[in-house]
Amino acid sequence: MKRMLFFARRNALEILREPISLFFGVLFPVVLLALLSLINSAIPAEANMTLYHIENLAPGIASFGLCFLSLFASMLISKDRCSSFMLRLRTSPLRSWEYIAGYCLPMLPMAVAQSLLCMLAAIPMGLQPTIGILGMAVGLLPTACLFIALGLLLGTVLSEKAIGGICGALLTNLSGWLSGTCFSIEMIGGTFETVCKVLPFYPSALAAKALLNGQWSQAVGNIGIVTAWAAAAAIAAVLIFTRKMKRDH
Amino acid sequence: MNAIETKGLSKHYGTKKALACLDLTVKDGELFALLGVNGAGKTTTIKLLSCLMAPSSGSACIYGHDILTHTHEARSLLATSPQETAVAPNLTTRENLELMAGIYGASLPQSKESAARMIAAFNMGEIENIKAKKLSGGWQRRLSIAMALISQPKLLFLDEPTLGLDVLARRELWSIIRGLKGKTTVILTTHYLEEAEALSDRIGILSHGMLSALGTAQELIAQSGAKNFEDAFITLAGGAVS
Repeated sequence: MKRMLFFARRNALEILREPISLFFGVLFPVVLLALLSLINSAIPAEANMTLYHIENLAPGIASFGLCFLSLFASMLISKDRCSSFMLRLRTSPLRSWEYIAGYCLPMLPMAVAQSLLCMLAAIPMGLQPTIGILGMAVGLLPTACLFIALGLLLGTVLSEKAIGGICGALLTNLSGWLSGTCFSIEMIGGTFETVCKVLPFYPSALAAKALLNGQWSQAVGNIGIVTAWAAAAAIAAVLIFTRKMKRDH
Repeated sequence: MNAIETKGLSKHYGTKKALACLDLTVKDGELFALLGVNGAGKTTTIKLLSCLMAPSSGSACIYGHDILTHTHEARSLLATSPQETAVAPNLTTRENLELMAGIYGASLPQSKESAARMIAAFNMGEIENIKAKKLSGGWQRRLSIAMALISQPKLLFLDEPTLGLDVLARRELWSIIRGLKGKTTVILTTHYLEEAEALSDRIGILSHGMLSALGTAQELIAQSGAKNFEDAFITLAGGAVS
């Protein structure tokens, strides 16, 4: 446990000291929030367009912003894998579970902080500060776990170069476009709507909205969908990570 | 107790034999150099002995702990300083040292104490708060070795510790490595023959995955009938002296 905490501290410092982490983790979601909020202010009230209202927009962006956790985790793991530093660690008494926990643990407080910062930034844009903000930050933990597990998985199998494309572009776009934050999923309907409801990104955004507005019971089903995906991703990540470690051994 | 004992240690990849039937004993506190041309089997030997890889056949014990059945116990006694500098780039010198102490089981106060001790021992006071990625190659290499030593391992693998360093930095590291003699068992791999000759108690030469010669530098020179250690190495490593 003690060994794992030292390793977790190292991983937290490595991520927090990368300027790119601060940009994508904090600044980018806030900039996106500000831009979409600006668009909302240009939409006439008669249009009855509520999608970009801050109470809908902010939880969607907070949910989407967590996808960058995958980028941070996968970049760190991939970098470590390709370096002699990993060789040094692998000759140390660190066990497989300590590696996994050491990589994942620091991401959870980062996820909560990221969600809260996004909400704090939304307050001057018109968001009412309620207890729902805290509920949403906690309710998004399964989403954080999902993205952390995906980061662990992708960092284990992909090179640092490929991470940029898969995590930085593909996953980010998928989780953004399929979250229903920028356009109405119901408006498109059909297969697209079904796919969005099955994948975890849209349910996560819906759960975040419900939690922010204090509609706890409405969030449960969507949190369940996200949790199921997170559990599946975590199992796959742990299996592949430990298998890869053993194979390298 | 012997630091390393191998019996018929072998590793093959498909039909290619990387290491064949290595029988080797290294005494506690000995500085043992493992030499060989590229592809001779040095890296495979180090990987096997540092529990990074399982042998195809044979056995190896680190201070009596079998590398296959008591891997965790063996690992807790050894440390490695890989060829490329193995540091956490965004951590400072002090943080890197504390990290390694912690990973080998020290508490937070113990890790701080150990880091302070290594900073003093390696004269790294001026760089203790500088991120590792901003250090020069010489300082990084020194930090890398200090990180390997912070857990006070009984067995240390030094893989090409002075590769790419200028003559001053190299001599400084030599002095540090000499200081380990008798206290820590060191397995040194290097392509600098004068380094092996100057530092080692004994030298093993690997050729085509087999231990082709073993002894002190003087014994190897005598064994080969060569004039100097470089010629002896070429002869014993399977080359021809022109």
